[in-house]
Amino acid sequence: MALPEAAIFQGLSWNLLSDLQQLFSYGFMVNALEAGTIVAVMAGVTGWFMVLRRQAFAGHTLSVIAFPGAAAASLAGLPLAVGYFSFCGLGALTLAGIAGSRRSHSSESAAIGSLQALALALGFLFVSLYHGVLNSVDSLLFGTFLGITGDQVMTLLAVAAATVAVLAGCARPLLFASVDADVARAAGVPTQLLEFGFLLVLGLSVAATSQITGALLVFALLVTPAATAHQLTSRPLLGVMLSIAIALAVTWLGRARAAFSIYPVGFYVTSLAFALYVVVRLGRALSSRTQTLAPPAEAA
Amino acid sequence: MSHAPAGSAAHEPSEEDQATPVRAATAVTFERAATRLGGRTIWRDVSFSVARGEFVAVLGPNGAGKSTLIKAVLGLLPVAPGSALVLGEPPGAANARIGYLPQRRNFDAGTRIRGIDLVRLGLDGMRWGIPLPGLPRRRREAKQVAEVLELVGAAAYARQPIGELSGGEQQRLLIAQALVRRPELLLLDEPLDSLDLPNQASIASLVRRICQQEQVAVLLVAHDINPILSYLDRVIYLAGGNAIEGRPHEVISSETLSRLYGAPIEVLHASDGRLVVVGQPEAPFVHGDRHGPA
Repeated sequence: MALPEAAIFQGLSWNLLSDLQQLFSYGFMVNALEAGTIVAVMAGVTGWFMVLRRQAFAGHTLSVIAFPGAAAASLAGLPLAVGYFSFCGLGALTLAGIAGSRRSHSSESAAIGSLQALALALGFLFVSLYHGVLNSVDSLLFGTFLGITGDQVMTLLAVAAATVAVLAGCARPLLFASVDADVARAAGVPTQLLEFGFLLVLGLSVAATSQITGALLVFALLVTPAATAHQLTSRPLLGVMLSIAIALAVTWLGRARAAFSIYPVGFYVTSLAFALYVVVRLGRALSSRTQTLAPPAEAA
Repeated sequence: MSHAPAGSAAHEPSEEDQATPVRAATAVTFERAATRLGGRTIWRDVSFSVARGEFVAVLGPNGAGKSTLIKAVLGLLPVAPGSALVLGEPPGAANARIGYLPQRRNFDAGTRIRGIDLVRLGLDGMRWGIPLPGLPRRRREAKQVAEVLELVGAAAYARQPIGELSGGEQQRLLIAQALVRRPELLLLDEPLDSLDLPNQASIASLVRRICQQEQVAVLLVAHDINPILSYLDRVIYLAGGNAIEGRPHEVISSETLSRLYGAPIEVLHASDGRLVVVGQPEAPFVHGDRHGPA
């Protein structure tokens, strides 16, 4: 690591207001929070559909593919964004090809897994070829949230707005194709096109996000808040809203907490999201146990 | 009620109405039709017609092409040679006016979507754009969904995640989904499969009631004729690449089935009115031992 990420600020005081003032007094910190907010909204929406479609493995693979993308771009002396977008875009196309030719789910997941292994290997190859001045493997994988420029925030905003707009516009056919593909196809929904399109959207949002969060943290934001939301409600609109809210909450809290700590931001964001997921699952398990003992109908 | 593709804007007084001034009396007509799947002819010389308000079962042994027939009606597989007309149009052109329930779909406990949302998708799931709440159309559609849930008797559990419901409850919701657009033709592919006997009977009588009340033509693929026998108008029996159509007791007879199979078949009449077919190459009327969950 070029610079060990030290605590940026003195440490948490008991004065919340002064802590917040301290947070917002630095431009890079404001940028980081803006970027985190945009990423959380995008990941919350995309992730909700990804979990619904049971494509978490494909999503994870796309985020792993971001890593060799960035490493290859550094090696070639290109902007990192070029590497992220081209690798994730190509990855999404490959996954769509695998899904389109699928014979069974088991062969699909095996093919995706092989692709993921290759992506990791390529990433480390590029890093070791480059040796040295590359920002360090750690920041490619886990991100730092720091050093984000205003331009990057604007790019991120554009990608996020496009992603959310596309998903909102396709919401009902995509939902239909995701839960009930046969009937959707018979009703005239282009299920193949949606499958392909969704993977592409997923790939692009992963590419945009991993520039800020690193290749692995993007997945934490993509899957955990959405999985938690799916546990909490089976209403589609409410679920998407909850997914966004959880992603936002863990991003803000994690980012703010990390600023007063020597531990990396990725650790805080991921652990917060995971802790919430565990609590929700335990809560549901408990409530379903009490329901089987005394069975009143669950009204969702 | 405005529908998405393939126009069926029943409420908008447009050229649509003049183009189809009366709903065709026959919902489906197949004329010496054949279909091929993967280079193999599944069946040929199949002729039948289904009228509005008629409840017709599609029977036959495994692999006879029952589901293929449904897919041909939907236009998902081509009919050639021969001709097919569905709701007055070539197969596939009138799918917006067809309610379709594919072969057994089970939603496992992990499916976190409510029954009511699934039914709703049958109505607007093909529509692009952002659904804005509060529009008159949304309210009208919500009413339509509530009505169809009432019709199939699923209102009590429609707000639970569908994965947590029983097979019979899921099946009622799926029928509601197929019915929600007020189709003129209902295609049900093995809706009774894997239901217990009381549920089979109640779903069959529900289909009969819908058929009469809404004047819907129903094509129902069944594995066992007995639970539906008393509700049926006619049957189409597929076997050995051919089909015979007629009233249930005419078709399910030793003479007719022997002719269709080209082998001696015996139909026994049990004292409770059940029909038992004996001697066919592969017994279609026996439960269990079927191809896995499709």
